[in-house]
Amino acid sequence: MTALLTVEGLTKVYATPRGDLTALDDVSFSVDRGEAVAIVGESGCGKSTLALSIVRLVAATRGRISFDGLPASQFQHVSPRRLALLVGMVFQNPYASLNPRMRVLDSISEPLRIIARRPRNVAREQAAALLGSVGFGPETFHRFPHELSGGQRQRVAIARALALNPGLLVLDEPTAALDVSVQAQVLNLLADMRATHNLSYLLISHNLATVEHVADRVIVMYLGTIVESGPVEQVFARPRHPYTRALLEAVPRPRMGAQHGLARLPGEPTSAIDRPPGCPFAPRCAYRTGTCDSVPPVLTAGADGRQLACHHPLNKAFEP
Amino acid sequence: MTDAPLMTIRDLGVTFASRSRQFVAISGVSFDLEAGTVLGLVGESGSGKSMTALAILGLVPPQGAVTGSIRLDGIEVVGADKSTLRSVRGGVAAMIFQNPGAALNPYFTIGGQLTEIVMRHRRVGRAAARAILVGAFGDTRLADPELALERYPHQFSGGQLQRIVIATALACNPKLLIADEPTTALDVTVQAQIVDTLRELARSRGLGILFITHDLGLVGALCDRVAVMYAGRIVETGRVQDFLEGPQHPYSERLLAAVPRFGGPGRLATIPGQVPDASVARKGCAFQPRCQYAMPVCATQSPPVLRSANGAVVACHFPRNGASAGADRTGGTS
Amino acid sequence: MSAPGVPAAAPRRLAALGHFVADQPLFVLGAALLAVVAILAMLAPAIAPYAPNAIDFGEKLKQPGWDHLMGTDSLGRDIFSRVLFGTQTSLMIGVSVLVVSMAIGVPIGLAAGYFGGRVDSILMRVADVFLAFPPLLLPITITAMLGAGLFNAMMALAISWFPWYARIVRASVISIKSEAYISAARTLGLPTLRIILRHVLPNSYGPAIVQGSMDFGYAILATASLSFIGIGARPPAIEWGLMVAEARSTFLANWWTAASPGAAIFLTVLAANLVGDGLRDILDPRSVRRD
Repeated sequence: MTALLTVEGLTKVYATPRGDLTALDDVSFSVDRGEAVAIVGESGCGKSTLALSIVRLVAATRGRISFDGLPASQFQHVSPRRLALLVGMVFQNPYASLNPRMRVLDSISEPLRIIARRPRNVAREQAAALLGSVGFGPETFHRFPHELSGGQRQRVAIARALALNPGLLVLDEPTAALDVSVQAQVLNLLADMRATHNLSYLLISHNLATVEHVADRVIVMYLGTIVESGPVEQVFARPRHPYTRALLEAVPRPRMGAQHGLARLPGEPTSAIDRPPGCPFAPRCAYRTGTCDSVPPVLTAGADGRQLACHHPLNKAFEP
Repeated sequence: MTDAPLMTIRDLGVTFASRSRQFVAISGVSFDLEAGTVLGLVGESGSGKSMTALAILGLVPPQGAVTGSIRLDGIEVVGADKSTLRSVRGGVAAMIFQNPGAALNPYFTIGGQLTEIVMRHRRVGRAAARAILVGAFGDTRLADPELALERYPHQFSGGQLQRIVIATALACNPKLLIADEPTTALDVTVQAQIVDTLRELARSRGLGILFITHDLGLVGALCDRVAVMYAGRIVETGRVQDFLEGPQHPYSERLLAAVPRFGGPGRLATIPGQVPDASVARKGCAFQPRCQYAMPVCATQSPPVLRSANGAVVACHFPRNGASAGADRTGGTS
Repeated sequence: MSAPGVPAAAPRRLAALGHFVADQPLFVLGAALLAVVAILAMLAPAIAPYAPNAIDFGEKLKQPGWDHLMGTDSLGRDIFSRVLFGTQTSLMIGVSVLVVSMAIGVPIGLAAGYFGGRVDSILMRVADVFLAFPPLLLPITITAMLGAGLFNAMMALAISWFPWYARIVRASVISIKSEAYISAARTLGLPTLRIILRHVLPNSYGPAIVQGSMDFGYAILATASLSFIGIGARPPAIEWGLMVAEARSTFLANWWTAASPGAAIFLTVLAANLVGDGLRDILDPRSVRRD
């Protein structure tokens, strides 16, 4: 088995004054070595909570995570230092993810010194090399983050996340806050880094075109559950879940107005507090039936490596 | 016989001067907007698109010096006095922003804070204003419009708040709606709904919309015409289909190639270098340092404004798709 | 920066300095005044015309004149020299109270803010107890318990004031701890103490510094008040508040005995406040200053 990361039954429930908020509901998936898996969904689907749970910034309510041969019972007790050597993270907001008082080189040499326990000069050399590999010359090493643009800061953040040579990189909307041309730079960089370091990616995104560009597999989430997953080209070409289809249809493209007969997805996601029984997507689904309202669909795997949680899967191609 | 465009901007410039230097936010901006059409104003950070929008409503910060001309429904906005500006804002042109939650006061109900706006602009009493608002909420497809007036902003989602804000803007019957990245903070399905709503409103009310965005896909989906800004200048305007199929300006070309697309190439085109510093005066074309087609003349002479057969206007020495002869001085000189 | 110095930068730096002065005239004025006080403190032994405790009954209660620039007090001591030596005491008071107060308050604020929960509740309730007292009452009480004297008065002030720093730092820490770079530090496996000291503290001490610069002046004023009522500095210590106290019986007819030390207190506290106000504006991340 080449699975690097295996998540089983991950659940996160927040107790709020208005009731229990289910951010993640029994989520299970895996990421293979060298694979790039994208998690897509809109706000409230739980994708950020999922990312934060894996790097332990959020404590899951239930669930088992195993990593690279370490069974879940051991992996959950791994020290923060050890975890950092296995999993790295890149955050969404490049303007907030670098310490404003630390020079760029120091931000990268710090984990090398403290966690990888390199001597100071070795750490600085390696940090310099990392910065070089993401396209920075020596003139940037002593700059502070506020002297860099958003795209540059994100590249520094990527270099920092790679400093400890993790096997898996979790990226939470890494290009959402960036301009188009800068986004392209960062996406190209991520592709390069993945090849050179033999990394696996867990990419959180709401931008389907970016996902298609970067990922091998895609997992679609809605209100805390996985509704569909599979190889990205297949899922996007022939979406089986109505929500996946709605997402694809909503991506703006030229002459959208001319395409009529495609029902716009109405309404907004229902609250994650005290979710009704049945399929979480049912209230907005054009194909809903009585079963959908009462029986929650189970995520089942098909022979083609695709998974689906739906009572009435679609079977038509999607033409963008 | 054509009517005059709803809005005509000629040679608009905004400059900020501090003790030590000058910061040119926008310069030589010229374009037209016809009633009932949607014009997409596209650019990356620092391109000046938001400043252009603020200038239209006379909302440039006091330290900024505004030059040029903005004729909105026959009224000249640049240099207009306060009372003219007050009547223009809301009554002729309205603006909505990226974060609708920030535009609403969390301590007041929707009705409590928005009724007065309608009362003032439409010169009606409170009851009539409330009815107008409820109608407007319905037009923008807000769920339960009658109940909305009694609710507080925090009880609505981002998409609903944006509808409320759009509805209020429209309740004052403006002729121009300026939308500054109104859907950037929204989910893609909600964005699709809002975009549909805006398009419908433009058609049904003959509303002109200036849609500011960095999302080229949205431009393709919603806009009739597009204007591309770079470093405070307009580099290209034209019809959206023509723009998407054959952009004139090298920057537009690069920008379109940098957008990830379904089934697109494995490696995205990027633009080397960075946006130039707006406080440094330049000779020649602002994009020249990053342009793959640059020739010596690009560094020394400002690019001429050229027209192509299909009505595209581009400021470039070497446009990519045949804009040339009959250099049209429609403005945009520097 | 590792690049060698560029000669052409000098005139630009001068211009930048000029802009700075023009932008923040009051801050510069306050800072200049404090600098003067500091210089006088250092040079006091050299420039004081008389020994500050030299009693000379023949010269007592002389009006200000060329002999005695600020006159003499009821024991014939030269007031100017005493004011000069008083700057040393005042600076020491300001610095000591600040240092001790911050040394207690900042770590408490860091811990309360970063760890939250029960740690926060306990620490803040303790702080609340101290904050519940009217401003000078607690220092007076503590000094009375410890016994009168300058050192005890300073310690009493430091102990009474540490909760302010705890609260200020705690507020900063709470707003910072949800920032992405703190989360990033955690995902890098950095130990908690390192995160607090290297990532949280450097980004949260700003408001504490502003408070501190104001407290510098207040410490001097409070000590002067304590001395005035007899439980702070005692003779032969030379402290402005004590000087005013000693002049209590004589100053109606001999205004100069209280005026000079009083003016010294006023100017120093004013300078500290100006610096504090200016620092707050300078350190405020939201103030946009175009150079």
